[in-house]
Amino acid sequence: MNPVLKNTMLFAIVGAMILYTGFTQSWNTALVIVNMGLISAIMALGVNLQWGFAGLFNVGIMGFVALGGLAAVLIGAPPTPGAWSAGGWNILSAFVFALVMVVVVVSVRRRMAAGWPRKIVVLALLIVGFFIYRALFDPGVEAIESINPAATGNIGGLGIDRGLWVTLAWPVGGLFAAAAAWVIGKTALGLRSDYLAIATLGIAEIIIAVLKNEDWLARGVKNVVGLPRPTPNEIDLQNDPAFVERAAGFGVDAVTASTLYVKLMYAGLFTVVLVVLLVLAQRALHSPWGRMMRAIRDNEVAAEAMGKDVTARHLQIFVLGSAICGIAGAMMTTLDGQLTPGTYQPLRFTFLVWVMVIVGGSGNNFGAILGGFLIWFLWVQVEPMGLWLMELITSGMPDGSALKAHLIDSAAHMRLFTMGMVLLLVLRFSPRGLIPEK
Amino acid sequence: MDLLNAIIALLNFVIVPGMAYGAQLALGALGVTLIYGILRFSNFAHGDTMAFGAMVTVLFTWLFQNWGLSLGPLPTALLALPFGILACMGLLLLTDRMVYRFYREQKAKPVILVIVSLGVTFILNGIVRFIIGPDDQRFTDGERFIISARTFREMTGLREGLAIKTTQGITVLVAVICVILLFWFLNRTRTGKSMRAYSDNEDLALLSGINPERVVMITWLIVAGLATIAGVLYGLDKSFKPFTYFQLLLPIFASAIVGGLGNPLGAIAGGFVIAFSEVTVTYAWKKVLTYLMPENLEPSGLVQLLSTDYKLAVSFLILLIVLLFKPTGLFKGKSV
Repeated sequence: MNPVLKNTMLFAIVGAMILYTGFTQSWNTALVIVNMGLISAIMALGVNLQWGFAGLFNVGIMGFVALGGLAAVLIGAPPTPGAWSAGGWNILSAFVFALVMVVVVVSVRRRMAAGWPRKIVVLALLIVGFFIYRALFDPGVEAIESINPAATGNIGGLGIDRGLWVTLAWPVGGLFAAAAAWVIGKTALGLRSDYLAIATLGIAEIIIAVLKNEDWLARGVKNVVGLPRPTPNEIDLQNDPAFVERAAGFGVDAVTASTLYVKLMYAGLFTVVLVVLLVLAQRALHSPWGRMMRAIRDNEVAAEAMGKDVTARHLQIFVLGSAICGIAGAMMTTLDGQLTPGTYQPLRFTFLVWVMVIVGGSGNNFGAILGGFLIWFLWVQVEPMGLWLMELITSGMPDGSALKAHLIDSAAHMRLFTMGMVLLLVLRFSPRGLIPEK
Repeated sequence: MDLLNAIIALLNFVIVPGMAYGAQLALGALGVTLIYGILRFSNFAHGDTMAFGAMVTVLFTWLFQNWGLSLGPLPTALLALPFGILACMGLLLLTDRMVYRFYREQKAKPVILVIVSLGVTFILNGIVRFIIGPDDQRFTDGERFIISARTFREMTGLREGLAIKTTQGITVLVAVICVILLFWFLNRTRTGKSMRAYSDNEDLALLSGINPERVVMITWLIVAGLATIAGVLYGLDKSFKPFTYFQLLLPIFASAIVGGLGNPLGAIAGGFVIAFSEVTVTYAWKKVLTYLMPENLEPSGLVQLLSTDYKLAVSFLILLIVLLFKPTGLFKGKSV
């Protein structure tokens, strides 16, 4: 079959599945799947850039997604009155001090000859520096966290809350992730593949640990809620007579119409971001730069011999891919209206994205997008399907039997099992994914 | 100044828990390191393998408790352990046959095998939650303490008490036995030597007539044993909850890497390095320092380097620091 036809059909099948959800369940459910599908597709695009183009094994996606979410808070949330004067400057000066200390340690290490004296001096500098840092940092944190801890207790954000300006958080989320990726790349990209994987996994966990515990930053596990949104509020729409009238014209009641309207607006915004990123990724793939990346991926040694700076290119694409994940993370937090660090788990935010890329077809941007939608659809729909299956299996069993109850209760866990099966089957029988690289 | 009380406080809150946790990590890291040495990939499914073995053991423990079987002061789980190990062996041989062997024959890149093991992780995670559910399960019984803080205080007349849980004692003891057996096997038996040869130089080992499939099979069997034991010990000491085993993967990998992947001795050292750094960095040193310092210099704060919630992060910080200075770990592991 003609590959273009085949790919169009694959997209059409996924589209039809979502439409079917709309007809049989509800259009709200279908749109929720579409919106998260769009965000998942963007994450998959970012991972595909790193893995599909350059062969970098990054399992720290979760950390970059969470950093994007943090940007949504720091841009959108209202500033806490008095927080900056109470402790904000302390914290900032602690950070500046830490930065200076790192520079001092690095230059001392460079100047002194290797040996025991250097080790002792470096260690002493680090220990003394840590305690000075804590002495600067701790009072600031305490002051901020004691400001009305039931409602705030954090430093707050810039309070940008006007229509489309809210989306400013998305590129900022990308910048946050890119900055983190640069630091990580500088330290970890020299490692061999497996070591790099573990290092990125660990760094993602560190980022989540910081978000969970540094209450002054984003309230930690107390969560920041009610973030500003780029779309109108459902309640406002329902109170707007013109909107109610128009909804009635379509034959829909105002509540349903308002929720659908808001979700459609999100879908529109997300689609714009996805299309822009897709065009850029396609251009990159077909540029000399993209060819060089694939050459490095396929044979690092040969590329290096040809004079390509492999480490620099790796750093470049690591930063770019991570930035895309950060953008997606910021979009997700805007969509949810809240940042909940406790919900960031590697199975969902790292490994599931990997399943999307592998199943869709690594090295192919359209494949990544298809994988994003398909796997997200399955992730949402396997649970009801599993329940239905379990009810079918147990229909012959007597009511009240322990096994029946257990099986029906356990249906929720079918989801992980199914994802694993999908991943393994694709890897085995179609290792290049649904839409293979050309 | 009260040196004796300070030592006891240190033992009670740092050394004893650190030893137990270190032993659990070391057993887990040994499994990871063996897979890396022989099959040459990082097995992301190891945490869930531990969960599976531990789960079967928990189910058998409940069965035995129902029958009224018990080991007296020792936990019944020790009686159920062999069944858990057998089930885990079956599982690993099955996954090897159905999943990993195909890629081994294809000579797939190690990173592909890592992704494959991700798929296995998802499946095992699903199976364990499917069978036993995602909640905390208790299966500890028998005597709770070898020595409780109160008895110790009465015995010695010191202000600080020392408590050693039975599970902590068993953990260290079992771990020592396992390690001795493993090293005896690797260094003294013919099969063990062929495994080491295969790990050091695959081609040379093949030339000298070592059957690779046999080596791989035995590796999985040993790993199943180690994983189940580590999982059960961790479950006895803390509690059995499927999700925590997935999280345990991170410090276990950190241990294996800090020691040097592929090096069993390194895995043990790494386990203890990680465990003790986690405990000491997040421990509030106030109590110990109060005993040691003259009265007017007593610390006012908790003297805690990082809050307890940073435990997981600490293991990675250590990992990163070690990797920056020794890219293949403390004991010169290998890299594929």
